[in-house]
Amino acid sequence: MKIGLLHSLLRKDEKYLMDEFAKIKGVELVLIDDREITFNLGKDKFDVDVLIERCINHSRALHGLKLFEAAGIKCVNSYNVATICGDKLLTSVALAENNVSQPEVRVAFTEESALKAIEEMGYPVVLKPAVGSWGRLLSKINDKDAAEAILEHKTVLGSYHHSIFYIQKYVEKKGKDIRSFVVGDKCIAAIYRTSPHWITNTARGGVATNCPVTEELNDISVRAAQAVGGGIVAIDVFETEQCLMVNEVNYTMEYKNSITTTGVNIPQKMAEYILQVAEGK
Amino acid sequence: MFAKLKKWNKEKMKAECPVCGAMIDLPEGTVVGELIECPDCGTELEVESLNPPTVKEAPQEEEDWGE
Repeated sequence: MKIGLLHSLLRKDEKYLMDEFAKIKGVELVLIDDREITFNLGKDKFDVDVLIERCINHSRALHGLKLFEAAGIKCVNSYNVATICGDKLLTSVALAENNVSQPEVRVAFTEESALKAIEEMGYPVVLKPAVGSWGRLLSKINDKDAAEAILEHKTVLGSYHHSIFYIQKYVEKKGKDIRSFVVGDKCIAAIYRTSPHWITNTARGGVATNCPVTEELNDISVRAAQAVGGGIVAIDVFETEQCLMVNEVNYTMEYKNSITTTGVNIPQKMAEYILQVAEGK
Repeated sequence: MFAKLKKWNKEKMKAECPVCGAMIDLPEGTVVGELIECPDCGTELEVESLNPPTVKEAPQEEEDWGE
């Protein structure tokens, strides 16, 4: 069986996954560098049984998946999952449609309507680019002065991407949130991400510790994964006094710092799942 | 069409850091495209070639990098 690995730089995450595939008899891993590949639409024939997407660039991942699927290759994750997870607005819509708890979200298209929405929601709120990752360009807005300033800056200086105002009610998370890992129909592991900063991404210095996978966490994580189309995803979860809420869903999940922390061989679980997909199970 | 995964030849290989000039050990299992860090200066490097072993500065973060 041939497994295609679509990648850019090979980080520890990809290396761990490659190591797991190397242990499986009868599997040949084919490395496909997104910086080298070209596509010939309608004529592409790729000699792989399944493709796992591990690009660093969202745009390459998205378009690469579309092109591989167009050539008849099963992909993990699928183009549809990448499309939804790559856009916070689409993710929120999918979560809402599937009754998955999430913070209040409002969307506006102009500076004036965004300010009106923020005033109605009450402070603080978080303004996020609909497409973005690793905590980039997140703005926690604590009062009207800040709201007016941020909105004006986005309008004047931002690209058109920043004219879609995705506004999320700020959730007090007491210095930590949860990152859960879903493979197929199961939440296999989870970590707490703790930081003195309100942005807790590990890419921004958040510290990882093990988080027990409770029935409630498994339930909301799997339902969030299914809402965006399933596969292998990582869910960012807020723990409030009332309930768990899904913040975001990530489709090219990073896990290198979570294997030892959780004691779960995450890439092994991923490899097993990918083989099942390749076998049509 | 695509690079195939090859076994390491078990011979210890070193590449020169283009930033600080340190000689960096490339351990068994290193592959082209791998992201490594120079142990001397901390620069993120990408393995460019294994024969001969060379590394280059890794690309800088772009706007759509992420998960």
